[in-house]
Amino acid sequence: MSEVKNILLVGVGGQGTILASKILSNGLIQAGYDVKMSEIHGMSQRGGNVSTQVRYGEKVWSPIIGEGDADVIVAFEKMEALRWIGYLKKGGKMVVNDHEIPSVPILMGVAKYPLRILDELASKADVAVFKAGELAEGLGNAKAMNVILLGALVKALGLADDPRIDWEKAVRENVKPQFAELNVKAFRLGLDQIR
Amino acid sequence: MKQLMTGNEAVARGAYEAGLVFASAYPGTPSTEILETLGTVYRDSLYSEWAPNEKVALEAALGASIAGVRAMACMKHVGLNVAADPLFTVAYTGVTGGLVVVSADDPGMHSSQNEQDNRNYASAARVMMLEPSDSQEAKDMTKLAFELSERFDTPVLLRMTTRVCHSKGMVELGERVEKEPIEYRKNIAKYVSTPANAKVSRKNLPDRLAREEAYANDCAVNTIEPAADAKDGKGRIGVACSGVSYEYAKEVFGEKASYLKLGLTYPFPVALAKKFAETVETVYVVEEVDPYIENNLKANGIACVGKDVVPAFDELNPDILRTVFHPILPDVVKDVPETLRSDLQAVVRPPAMCAGCPHRGFYYALSKKKGIMVTGDIGCYTLGAAPPLSAIDTTICMGASVSSGHGASVAFKRTGRDTKVVSCIGDSTFFHSGVTSLMDAIYNKGTNVTVILDNRITGMTGHQENPGTGYTLMGEETTEVDIPALCVALGMKPENIRTVNPLNLKECDEALDEALARDEASVIITKWPCALKKFSREDRETFDLSPKVAEIDQDRCRRCGLCSKTGCPAIYKSLKVTINRESCTGCGVCAQVCPFGAIKVSKR
Repeated sequence: MSEVKNILLVGVGGQGTILASKILSNGLIQAGYDVKMSEIHGMSQRGGNVSTQVRYGEKVWSPIIGEGDADVIVAFEKMEALRWIGYLKKGGKMVVNDHEIPSVPILMGVAKYPLRILDELASKADVAVFKAGELAEGLGNAKAMNVILLGALVKALGLADDPRIDWEKAVRENVKPQFAELNVKAFRLGLDQIR
Repeated sequence: MKQLMTGNEAVARGAYEAGLVFASAYPGTPSTEILETLGTVYRDSLYSEWAPNEKVALEAALGASIAGVRAMACMKHVGLNVAADPLFTVAYTGVTGGLVVVSADDPGMHSSQNEQDNRNYASAARVMMLEPSDSQEAKDMTKLAFELSERFDTPVLLRMTTRVCHSKGMVELGERVEKEPIEYRKNIAKYVSTPANAKVSRKNLPDRLAREEAYANDCAVNTIEPAADAKDGKGRIGVACSGVSYEYAKEVFGEKASYLKLGLTYPFPVALAKKFAETVETVYVVEEVDPYIENNLKANGIACVGKDVVPAFDELNPDILRTVFHPILPDVVKDVPETLRSDLQAVVRPPAMCAGCPHRGFYYALSKKKGIMVTGDIGCYTLGAAPPLSAIDTTICMGASVSSGHGASVAFKRTGRDTKVVSCIGDSTFFHSGVTSLMDAIYNKGTNVTVILDNRITGMTGHQENPGTGYTLMGEETTEVDIPALCVALGMKPENIRTVNPLNLKECDEALDEALARDEASVIITKWPCALKKFSREDRETFDLSPKVAEIDQDRCRRCGLCSKTGCPAIYKSLKVTINRESCTGCGVCAQVCPFGAIKVSKR
C-alpha cells in the first residue's frame, strides 16, 4: 500500500485556505487517490486561526493528523507557521507566506508580534518563503494569494508534472468564471516560487 | 459517479436519494450545512425550512411523517435537549413516513458550550441509533435510517460528530427514488398519547426493541473484521468502536487488530459483541466522550479495557490513541512521532467581533455602565465577553439571557440590593427561545432590561434566514416578525421599547440610562445588519450601507489607545495607531470614542 501523505494548510479566517484545499483535493482525485479533507468551521470567520488538513494515498482512514505527521505545511501567515510547526514531520517541508496579520492582543498593544519568525523556522525545517501577497497584487488582485500558495504547494509535493492531473482544470472548476484566468496565472506563478 | 463531500453534504444527499419530502432544522455548528445543502442543491426536489428552534423542527418533521412522507429534523447536540420533549414520546407513538433525527455532536467543543454525548439520548428515549464514520457511511446510513424507521415504526437518531460532519471523503452517488405518500388514516390509539394510550405503547415497546436488537445483531452495518493474522478467526487484540473512532483505530492498529465495527449502536447488539469477545484475547473500546459501548459491554458481562486508558472527554485523534496504546501494546502500536519545538511563541489568535460589527458600538456603551449584571446568550455577540470589552457576565444556553436575567433581578430586589440586570440576546436566539423568557419577565413584573441585538440575520452559523429577515431557506419572500409589535403583544409598554442604531454610541448610552432608571421591564432593540451580510433590498433601503472608511489624522492622534479599546480588529496600536483600510467598514465607532477628533470617516 502506498504511503499516505499529509498536508496541513494554516492561516487566518478569510485568507482562502479552504478554497486552496478544495482545488488541491480536486487535483488529487484526478490522480485516483483516496482523499480526505478536514476543516474546522465555527468562529474562524471572526478572526480566529483556520486549519485544513488534506490526506491522500491509496486508502485514507483518519480524516485528521496529529503532531509530527505533516509532510508539508503551507502557512498563509507567518505566525501561523510558527504556531503549527509542531505538526511538521521530521524532514518535512514548509511553504511560508511572508505576510503578517496581527491578532487581537497584538492589535491592542498588549502583546508583540514575534520577531525573527523566518529565521526560527529556517533553523528547524526545510522552509520556502516568499511574499505571495505582493505577487498577487502584481497580478492585480490581492485575493489570488491563496492560489499562488497552492501552486507552490503542488510543486513542493512533486505533483506539478504528474501526468494524471490537470491542475489548471482543477483551478478553473473551483473559481468563478470571471476569475479563472487570473487564478490560473496565480497558480503558475506559485509553481515558479519553488526550485 | 463519485464526489468529494462533507459528512453533512452526504447526509443531505442520502436524504435526497431516499425520497425525502420534508426537512426542518435550526442552524447550529456542526449540523448547519445539511439543511443549507437541501435548501439549495436539492430545492427543486424537496421541501426544506429553517424552524425557529429544534423542538419546532422535530415536531414539524413529525407532522410530515404522520401525514405519510419521509421527513427529517437536524440539529446540533444541544438542540436535541430542546427537541427532547417530542423525541421521547415519538419513541412510543412511532411514525408513518420514515422519520430521521440528526444529532451533530461536538466532542472537543469547537463551537459549543458543552460536550454532551447524545448517544445517551438513544438509550434514554429508546430510539434506534446509527453512527456513520465517514461521508460514504453518512449517505448510506441516512438512507438506511429511513428504511429502518418505516420497518420498525420508530424515529431513528443519526448521530454525527464534528469530524464526520466537516470532513470530506469520496461518496458514490445514486439516483433519487420518489416514494408514494402513505395514505393518511386517523389512528387515535397510536397518535394520541394520553396516559391510557401511552401505557399500551409503553408496554409494547420492549417487543419492538427486541426485534430491533435482533436486527442489530445481524445487519450489514454491524460487523466483525478479523485481524490479518487471526488464526481460525481468533486474534489477540479486539477493538470495539463506532463513528469516527473507527477511522482513528484503523489508522493506529491497522490490520493487526480485529474490529467490532458498529454502525447501529442502539439497541446494542449484545449477541454480536459476545461473539466478538470470544474471538479475541482482549477487547479494547475506542470511543469519544462517554463510555457508551463500554458500559453496554460491561453490563452484559463482557470484559474490556476502555475509559481506564482512553480519555473520557475531548476529541480523540490518532496521536491520542498512540499515546495511550503504545505503552500497552508496543509491538502493535507505534509511538507518537518526534515533534519540532520552537522557543519562540505564537501569540494567541482568539476570535473577535469583526471590523464594522454592529454589536461593538452597543457593547462599548454597555461596558461603561457600572453596578450592573449582564446576562448574555448564544451567538456572535457572546464575543462581547472577551477583552477589551468584557461586557458580559453569563452565557449558558439559548434564551437564558432573558429568563436568568429576570431571576437575577428579582433576587437582587428581594434582598435589598440595587444591582440592575441587562439581558443581551440576538434576533435569531430571541425567536428560538427568548420570546417565552421575555413573556415570563414581563408577566411576572420583572425589571431586567432586555436588549435584542437585531443584526438582520443568524450570524454565528454563517448567515441563515430567520423569522426576522423576511426570507425563507428556499429563498422565498415571507412576512417578517415585527419585533417591537411582538414585545407589545407580550405585555411590554410601548413607551418602554426603544430601537437604536448600535453604531451610534450616544443613542445606545441614552437608551441604557433611560431603561436602567426604570423600575419596570424595558426592551432596547439595536438594529443594524451584520457587516458580513449579503445585504437584501430592504437592508439597502433601510440603512445607510454606502462604503466608508475611517482614517487617523496622525498629527492629531495622541496615541492614547482609546480607539483600540473598542476591540476592533482593523485598529492596530503599535508605535503609531493605524487603521487597516482593507478591513475597515467606516462604521465610525472609533471616531466617536476618540477624545481628540483625530479619526475621520469618509466615503470610499
